[in-house]
Amino acid sequence: MYIEDTIAAISTPQGEGGIGIVRISGSQAEAIGHRLFRFRKGGAFVSHFLHYGTVAEPTGGAVIDEAMAVLMRAPHSYTREDVLELHCHGGMLVMERILASALACGARLAEPGEFTRRAFINGRIDLMQAEAVMDVITAKTEAALTLAQRQREGALSVRIDAIRQSLTRSLAFIEASIDFPEDDIGETDTAALRSGVTGALDEIGTLLAGFDEGRILREGISVLIVGKPNAGKSSLLNCLLRDNRAIVTHIPGTTRDIIEETVNLGGLAVRLLDTAGIRHTDDVVEREGIMRALDKIQLADLALFVLDSSQPFGDEDRMILDALGEITTIAVLNKIDLPRRIEFPSKVAQMPHAALSARSGAGVDGLRDLIRATFLHGSALDSREFVALSRARHRDALVSTRSSLRQFLSGLGEGRELETLAIDLRDALFAVGQVTGVTATDDVLDVIFSSFCIGK
Amino acid sequence: MHCYETEYDVIVVGAGHAGCEAALAAARMGCFTLLLTINLDAIALMSCNPAIGGLAKGHLVKEIDALGGEMAKNIDATGIQFRILNTRKGPAVRASRAQADKQLYRLRMKRVLERQDNLLLKQGEVTGLYREGDELRGVDTRSGIRFLGKTVVLTTGTFMRGLIHIGLTNYPGGRAGDLPSVGLSDQLKELGFLVGRLKTGTPARLDGRTIDFARLEAQYGDDPPQPFSFSTERITMPQVPCHIAYTNPRSHDIIRSGLDRSPLYAGVIEGVGPRYCPSIEDKVVRFPDKDRHQTFIEPEGLDTVEVYPSGMSTSLPIDIQIPFYRSIEGLERVEIMRPAYAIEYDYVDPIQLHASLETKLIRNLYHAGQINGTSGYEEAAAQGLMAGINAALRVRGRKPLVLERSDAYIGVMIDDLVTLGTKEPYRMFTSRAEYRLLLREDNADLRLREKGYDIGLVADREFCRFLQKREQIAAEFERIRTRRLQMDAAEQEFLSMHSLADMQKGTTFEQLLRRPEITYAGLTEFDDVSRETPPEVREQVEIQVKYRGYIERQLEQVERSRKLESTQLPAELNYYSINGLTTEVREKLARNRPDTLGQASRIPGVTPAAISVLAIALKSHTWEKQGQ
Repeated sequence: MYIEDTIAAISTPQGEGGIGIVRISGSQAEAIGHRLFRFRKGGAFVSHFLHYGTVAEPTGGAVIDEAMAVLMRAPHSYTREDVLELHCHGGMLVMERILASALACGARLAEPGEFTRRAFINGRIDLMQAEAVMDVITAKTEAALTLAQRQREGALSVRIDAIRQSLTRSLAFIEASIDFPEDDIGETDTAALRSGVTGALDEIGTLLAGFDEGRILREGISVLIVGKPNAGKSSLLNCLLRDNRAIVTHIPGTTRDIIEETVNLGGLAVRLLDTAGIRHTDDVVEREGIMRALDKIQLADLALFVLDSSQPFGDEDRMILDALGEITTIAVLNKIDLPRRIEFPSKVAQMPHAALSARSGAGVDGLRDLIRATFLHGSALDSREFVALSRARHRDALVSTRSSLRQFLSGLGEGRELETLAIDLRDALFAVGQVTGVTATDDVLDVIFSSFCIGK
Repeated sequence: MHCYETEYDVIVVGAGHAGCEAALAAARMGCFTLLLTINLDAIALMSCNPAIGGLAKGHLVKEIDALGGEMAKNIDATGIQFRILNTRKGPAVRASRAQADKQLYRLRMKRVLERQDNLLLKQGEVTGLYREGDELRGVDTRSGIRFLGKTVVLTTGTFMRGLIHIGLTNYPGGRAGDLPSVGLSDQLKELGFLVGRLKTGTPARLDGRTIDFARLEAQYGDDPPQPFSFSTERITMPQVPCHIAYTNPRSHDIIRSGLDRSPLYAGVIEGVGPRYCPSIEDKVVRFPDKDRHQTFIEPEGLDTVEVYPSGMSTSLPIDIQIPFYRSIEGLERVEIMRPAYAIEYDYVDPIQLHASLETKLIRNLYHAGQINGTSGYEEAAAQGLMAGINAALRVRGRKPLVLERSDAYIGVMIDDLVTLGTKEPYRMFTSRAEYRLLLREDNADLRLREKGYDIGLVADREFCRFLQKREQIAAEFERIRTRRLQMDAAEQEFLSMHSLADMQKGTTFEQLLRRPEITYAGLTEFDDVSRETPPEVREQVEIQVKYRGYIERQLEQVERSRKLESTQLPAELNYYSINGLTTEVREKLARNRPDTLGQASRIPGVTPAAISVLAIALKSHTWEKQGQ
């Protein structure tokens, strides 16, 4: 089961610029390629041939980046399975989005060293090479397990275990009524089943929200500054940077139109992306730059929509507003030191907003707090109680638990047969067990025998 | 020791439910077979309840039948009440159960054995295995005769060092009225087998003439009774009811008053009992809030007054047993004909077996039934059948027949036993089968008939009938997949009657059948062809259409795990030399010595990461050997 499925990972070192590669290996690699990669000139994959095109999300189809794709059909590949590589402009944000899309298409996140393991298992590399990889994996695991992390995972496994026990109990009630129809144990209590599973779902929801915070704490967020020319984007950027001695990097973007800076907002790493001003233009080159800026909008965790409060809300503002789509946005009302002439459309009025003067610096602290509050839902960074799912693997497992439980609940509502409901619960139990590595079916029998008087 | 002149291909020790299937399978596969038993009058005796089947057990019986075993045919010929359980639930968890006429059941089985070519029956207590060097050559008996055999199947039931308990009184016995088997388990222990102790119990047998049945609720079987065997046309035995009675708080007080003389609570019994089949004192102690416990009063046969009160087993002394049974409403004047008792016996941890049921320690030796820590006639019979088949295949120089977890409950059970071992009597439950929707009673023949035919256990005539059924199912599937609604008058009337007016012209019959409100019987209302479809074909088509999504999901899971299941782990693999395994995982693997990666992955505590490491180690192991 761990050998047959299709795996994906970012194969280039993290944090480096230039080119990044997402690698997908397994029987589904080509199918996933067809869902993610759009050939510039149409067509299909030719093995070992570099194709030019774009990578887009499988659903909705938002373009993520330009890319080169190469498919290496088995056995002529590193793992001796079908391997697809997507070469893109670097930037973790882009790579992560491509990886997430590959996972959404059915790939599983590769374990550390798994490509090499497959290469070995399939006879591609020899024992010495494979053992070297195993040593690296072992060493990495040991080094990575700092005391703090162990404690955090300990707290996590307590909560996962509670979910597992609650689901085991629900399953035991179903199994008892299936396996002991002649024993005097009463009808299955569907209300109890529903409330048990709903409770587990709530807890999983909390943990998943914690995962996002865990990721945000670890990796930071990307914030895109948009607004029409002269709304004050660059002043705002400078203003946010000025008071911060903690500038981490200064990376030129993949295009000349975007500048990327990282600042530390009270423990939250924020990558600020300043885009070219967006306005109506007939100039082809400039329009290309604007289109890229609009594309980038979808990659950000947050957009700061800079508005000039001394001017009425205009067509250019409206164009940006439309481009923002569903992305989380803070409306930044700049130039409050000038007389106010702006009136918001309702969509802007509903956004959280900060009024400030980038020139004087008045109100900028308020914006900083607002950014932090948007992502860290009140959980203080130094809280010892904070339980975060730190690994994508854990998140994968919980997402799949959640989807099985949702199927279970809808089936319960439709009055589906118990034995098919049991399948959903079993899948959920298996998935949640992947987080802590506990998967024991005998637990169900233990609960049955301790809860019911069985035996004729 | 006098050495008998003949050398047998297969010697089966024990003639209970496991031994009978083992001996019949080996003989039917053309092996010269000897069946040895302590008592020739107790062949296929139902030592506990007079019934066959139930949830998961019924599944086992149908699988035994599909492979060419005898149990289903035997109960069909001697059953006196047949019921399908869980009829309100889905087809995968419906199961057959039947009451047997206990004496007729054993007599018919004995007759089948006696008429079987290649099979001899002899009375004798086996006291040890006979080996020359490390090679198994046969068995020695109490009466001083040595029988030579190429392979040996041990099915010792509760007989090895059997000890019967009634209150604080105890005495050696293999079953009430029979001698124990002494010496064999000591020898097995010396040979390195992990011999443990288990306990089970049985209720008193009561005199039906002293029970007021009019005050009990009668429970009748199905009419018409449905047979177990795919070969049985109909049930011809007269059918009788069971009766339901209940204990009450006074019964529980009586039980509690005797606990100080319970061998269980006084610590006299050291063996582990089954949690799913607790004695009445266990139920009263563990569930003190329950003010009544249910019992089915089951007839032991048509021609006897003896009855069996299910769920009322006890090892309390006889002076507690009498007032206890008499405290039950309707049983106030009841006479005990045979007292209830508990029995302790030796078993061998099945973790020391290959999936073929051959022991890992001694080549050509097979274990089946309660010796492997299981309980239940059906569990025993299924193992006996597989051990007999594999002993015969060994004699023929062929590869063993191993059923996968996705093939059969038999595969699930044997894999559980040999992978995890057992510390308490193991009983089959449907919840143990992860592919439960695939392993149904109704499709046992579709799953296993061909395998049974290939090894020579299913007769040509039966196999032809099966092939015909399989073709009819395929044809009917093809038909409903391609046949579309024409929207003629009959169809329109049918659709509007079932509030399905939204159905479009051109909808296939399969799509129609997928709707929860439509059954196959519904199709017959407007479709002439479906009226002609035989019931067993209708059943398959309907189940496979209704369950389709789930069946496909389970089939995908089976496919995904195939690679793990088919990767063999060499017996000489040194787990301590493998980098990257934790000490805990190493110890577990070294103790269990799984045969495949699939088995290894099911050992609790062996993580997915460890399985990956193992896969690599496996490669390197091969590599090392090649390099030498």
